[in-house]
Amino acid sequence: MSDAEIAVRDLTIRYGQHVALKGASFEVRPHEIFGIIGPANSGKTSFLKVLNRMDTFTAGMHFEGQVEVGGRDVRAWRNLYALRRQIGVVFPLPVGLPLSVYDNVAFAPRLAGVRAKADLNVIVEGCLRRAALWDEVKDRLNALGSLLSGGQQQRLTIARALSQKPRILLLDEFSIAVDPVTTMRIEAVLSELKAEMTIVLVTNLVQQARRLADRTAFFLMGECVTVAPTEQFFLRDADLDPRARDYVEGRFG
Amino acid sequence: MSAPPPHPDTAALDRRDLAWYVDKLVAVLVFVGGVSAVVFIVGIFAFVTHEGWGFVSEHFSLRGFFGSIRWAPTSTSNPTYGALALIAGTASVTGLAMLVAVPFSLGAAIYIAEFATGRTREVLKVLVEMLAAIPSVVWGFIGLSVMNPLIIDVFNVPIGLCVLNSGLILGLMAAPIMTTIAEDALKAVPDTYREAAEALGATRWQVTRRVVLPAARQGLLAAVLLGVGRGFGETMAVLMASGHAINLPTSPFDSVRALTATIAAELGETAVGSTHYQALFALGIFLFVVTFVINLSADLIVRGIRKT
Ligand SMILES: Nc1ncnc2c1ncn2[C@@H]1O[C@H](COP(=O)(O)OP(=O)(O)OP(=O)(O)O)[C@@H](O)[C@H]1O
Ligand SMILES: [Mg+2]
Repeated sequence: MSDAEIAVRDLTIRYGQHVALKGASFEVRPHEIFGIIGPANSGKTSFLKVLNRMDTFTAGMHFEGQVEVGGRDVRAWRNLYALRRQIGVVFPLPVGLPLSVYDNVAFAPRLAGVRAKADLNVIVEGCLRRAALWDEVKDRLNALGSLLSGGQQQRLTIARALSQKPRILLLDEFSIAVDPVTTMRIEAVLSELKAEMTIVLVTNLVQQARRLADRTAFFLMGECVTVAPTEQFFLRDADLDPRARDYVEGRFG
Repeated sequence: MSAPPPHPDTAALDRRDLAWYVDKLVAVLVFVGGVSAVVFIVGIFAFVTHEGWGFVSEHFSLRGFFGSIRWAPTSTSNPTYGALALIAGTASVTGLAMLVAVPFSLGAAIYIAEFATGRTREVLKVLVEMLAAIPSVVWGFIGLSVMNPLIIDVFNVPIGLCVLNSGLILGLMAAPIMTTIAEDALKAVPDTYREAAEALGATRWQVTRRVVLPAARQGLLAAVLLGVGRGFGETMAVLMASGHAINLPTSPFDSVRALTATIAAELGETAVGSTHYQALFALGIFLFVVTFVINLSADLIVRGIRKT
């Protein structure tokens, strides 16, 4: 058993015959922000889906190889739902549950058995603050979550992902609908959250990976080309795969 | 870097908790619910087949059953069991009913779901749902006492209990339910599709025709099928409005007799196990098979559409 938080060995992901990721192997260490960059269609989202076994929803999606979370193969969990409770996910487009702002954030804690209003209040406020949303919604906690603006809804899903204190947080292009100022505030929060959890950050913004990620993987056309400390991607003389260098310097993709 | 302790807690977290067991229990319960529906259907089919089998194995011939219009089970000298007229009766009435109901109900559903707004929409929906709750005897009564004299007057025919009468009645009867189901299918199409298409400058009708209707086609087909099934299986209204005369219809003003009406009218007067009794069950088998085939082929058609 390695002490990696996430260990991936020879992971191949297929949709029917179509291969979305082939033979990827790498590790994500505890309490790091692990960036994944790469052009569209390279298998980034597919990888995140495997981590919390969302492949069970997707007809035709299969994977081979080994994926361990916390030292345990994700297929070996006897209670799949317990695995998912360990992992918070933020999707690229906000998916608000058809509930009020408050109830969106309180959803998972309630499932976990938190009943006392005072406890829920603390959790909801804490998560909304961390998602840099509290000041904007504190007066309309009972409004429907879907009535918030696009960027606010995105932050609501971040607050929701944090609400069950996950050990791993998966972010898939979270800033796609968020304005730059708010993005910076959330990025600051993510740097703090590292102390409590491991973060996998899929991003189309190379500079965002540069600002946040300790180490970064470069995916290209279903291949995990490189995994390296992030600064290596930006050092002139680092020994880096030329395809990764071309990508971060904007020469293709 | 000091290595954090390797995960002592994952094994402890991977417990099957109460929620897990509840989930499995519910899965079993809904499975039982689903299976029991199948069991009932199979059971009914087995019963009907069992009761009708004596007829099918001893008296049944393709020509005698499907090729003859002589349905005379009570004749003492020469009882005959030709179902052709009954089949034609049911088919003509159902066909006319669908001719009436499909355009009306789809039109109403499109209006309610896509064009009407606010108050109008709510009022219409409630009205349609109320129409769907009218019992079939009432429809039959309307056929008998309103439509009948109307048809006699307008078309100058001797009797108004006919294909036209029962087809119209059946169509009006099926339309509200079809409207409700079709409207649900249209409403299930996400508004984001409409927004995306309208943002491209598409008119309301263009959005409906090119985006909403294709996306909802499965639900719409289900609505039509339900209507066909309703028409096929409806007994009381057809019994009252069709004239109940054994006849191969050649014009909408001919009286006909439907399969279901025949069973309903005659089953009570036959001795259990007699040939007549078994022949009525054979009609039941036929109804069952036809309904099954209609549903199956519609399902296959939808799958075909979905692929392209
Ligand atoms: N549900 C699905 N069914 C079939 N194929 C899929 C499905 N989801 C993804 N794919 C395929 O898997 C491949 C990788 O897709 P994926 O979403 O992982 O890319 P990505 O790296 O996240 O891209 P992007 O940056 O655009 O989000 C693509 O070729 C895509 O067509
Ligand atoms: Mg993606």
